[in-house]
Amino acid sequence: MSSPQPQGSSADLALVLGLKSGDQGSMAELYDRYSSVVYAVALRVLGDTGAAEDVLQEVFLQLWRRPGAFDAARGSLGSWLAVITRNRAIDSLRKRRPETDIEDVVLSVAPDLAADAERTRAAEKVRGVMGGMAPAQRSALEMAYWEGMSHSEIANKTGEPLGTVKTRIRTGLIALRKAFQS
Amino acid sequence: MSEHERYAEDLALYALDALQGEDRARVDEHLTTCAACRLELERLRGDTALLALSATGPRPPQRARQRLLDAVAREARVPKMVKASQRRSWWGWLGWAATAAVVIFALSLWQENSALRQNLVSASFRAAQNRRELEELRRIAAPILEPETQRVTLVAAKAPPQPQGKAFYLRSRGSLVFLANNMPPLPPQKAYELWLIPASGAPIPAGVFKPDARGNASVVNPPLPAGAEAKTFAITVENEAGSPAPTTPVLMVGVGE
Repeated sequence: MSSPQPQGSSADLALVLGLKSGDQGSMAELYDRYSSVVYAVALRVLGDTGAAEDVLQEVFLQLWRRPGAFDAARGSLGSWLAVITRNRAIDSLRKRRPETDIEDVVLSVAPDLAADAERTRAAEKVRGVMGGMAPAQRSALEMAYWEGMSHSEIANKTGEPLGTVKTRIRTGLIALRKAFQS
Repeated sequence: MSEHERYAEDLALYALDALQGEDRARVDEHLTTCAACRLELERLRGDTALLALSATGPRPPQRARQRLLDAVAREARVPKMVKASQRRSWWGWLGWAATAAVVIFALSLWQENSALRQNLVSASFRAAQNRRELEELRRIAAPILEPETQRVTLVAAKAPPQPQGKAFYLRSRGSLVFLANNMPPLPPQKAYELWLIPASGAPIPAGVFKPDARGNASVVNPPLPAGAEAKTFAITVENEAGSPAPTTPVLMVGVGE
């Protein structure tokens, strides 16, 4: 069809409704929209293209099997997929069973990240905020997020008190939030 | 230190899936009774999403797309949205209208939420309110939307079942929900195509569909040009990939209401 494709979050919602009615074309379009995000997150965690491809496959198949797990009233699809992917990749990295069911991953994020340009701007902003953090805080947040290390593992590795590590992780996340509120 | 402050740092670890064992169980228990901490957890997960989206790298290999679509095709399922439970059953138009209203309203809520997210603080409260409204709508609409619901429509005795379609089109939002029943089966490689017929100009493709074994089918929000004005809708039989223009005579056409 030659008619223009709707853009943004409403288009995502329409595509997810398509999945609910078994439309494979909707799956293909959602893959084209978000496979780069999902693959980039999985590859960043796992550092291995084959393992990242397996997580990519698993995340999209979960969406196909259970499109109702994504609640459109609670956040953008791109953000939700990014969080699901990071969690699955960490589970794979640490060879553990998933702790959180995808239906329980509910999030609220300030910017609407349905378009590539918005995600690019957001990514640049996040890198700027991370770059402005004290090295110990940035390092604690990255170890927790991209390596899936627990606060006690980080405390053991850095020799810092548990409470300090917890505080650094939380205030690091809040700093990101504030950057998008301003 | 307030109760919420006591959980604040554990919530951040919880959002990262980094809280295990007893600590996790303690937070789980607290979350069942504390709406403020649930909201904060949603926000913290949103913060982690920002972190995830900062990842950049190469695009996935082309074979990954085909691998996924092959897997999806192997798991193909019949549409869940319209599933009659009796041979001659079809929903009453009141049910159709309510279903379409819920879908379109959900879409408008979602769009409203998207706009509101520009201001996180006020948006989170509005989002919570919208969520409650949406959940209430879902509760009300459950008997209409659930696939296992028994749906029976009464018609004149001895009247043969007639193919019927109902289009709900909200031009301002470009939202279209189309539901059909009693549609005759089609030969392989053929499908029905829905057309938006404008006041002037060529018919606009508005979705391709195949009925299920009971003759029911649906089209939800097909891609349409922004602001397209519909004089009516029509249906033809085309190849299953769809056609940019009708190639066969019109089988069904809207009569207006």
